[in-house]
Amino acid sequence: MADEAPFQFLHSELIQYIYKSADTEDTENGRNISKLENLGCRVGQGLIERLTKDAPRFKDELDIMKFICKDFWTCLFKKQIDNLRTNHQGIYVLQDSQFRLLSHLSAGKQYLDYAPKYLAFTCGLVRGALSNLGLRSVVTAEISDMPACKFQVLIQKM
Amino acid sequence: MAVCIAAFAKENYPLYIRSVPTQNELKFHYTVHTSLDVVEEKISAVGKSLGDQRELYLGLLYPTEDYKVYGYVTNSKVKFVIVVDSSNTSLRDNEIRSMFRKLHNSFTDVMCNPFYNPGDPIQSKAFNGIVSGMMVQTG
Repeated sequence: MADEAPFQFLHSELIQYIYKSADTEDTENGRNISKLENLGCRVGQGLIERLTKDAPRFKDELDIMKFICKDFWTCLFKKQIDNLRTNHQGIYVLQDSQFRLLSHLSAGKQYLDYAPKYLAFTCGLVRGALSNLGLRSVVTAEISDMPACKFQVLIQKM
Repeated sequence: MAVCIAAFAKENYPLYIRSVPTQNELKFHYTVHTSLDVVEEKISAVGKSLGDQRELYLGLLYPTEDYKVYGYVTNSKVKFVIVVDSSNTSLRDNEIRSMFRKLHNSFTDVMCNPFYNPGDPIQSKAFNGIVSGMMVQTG
């Protein structure tokens, strides 16, 4: 597909831009991550509005999560989430064994420290999408070995 | 065609209300706001009764003496309400449906506009134009 390369480039450039424009580079890491996350959140809100335009109404929370794992993920990364787990009490773990935004970094431990900034935007995307569908959530990412990663979604009950 | 068109955010506050210029605009505000209860009722009925209840278009919410009120809810729980004149019997269900469709499409564009803050009142010219088009056709 032709449209995935521009997204990857834009995403890398976005990270570069945020990190370069920060005042004091080393200590501001947390702030940069949350900046990226907030950008993702707004994009997620808009994107989900467009994607759910022709979808039937959702039955429940699980229905929404399935939509995120299938349609939303396919739209972004041209593949579905490989594994979705839940404890049925508001915690969902989304596993992607070949996460596209990490796949161009070398596998292994070498760049593990740099990986979080490549996940922040996606965390925001998921959070924004869920918030627009009426679910308040906290999304965190976890990386064990490189191209694979896990997103943990914690739904907050109103 | 329509005499009043309104959009409500998921927290049920108005994002957009426009009605044909008349003395008692307040009545339309009242009508669309009361219709929200019916919308709420229809949404919460989903899941309990299986069947074709999962469409975004909610159909006729309730008829009053002079007007018919139709509803539509998006997946993000934004509600659209269209009020039409009861005397206008030529209006088919399909036409109402396509009007909502147009509104929804236009709203999606508004939502994807980076200068629009989600939750703010809609001030988009394009959206306004679509709404005007629906109200003018009365002739």
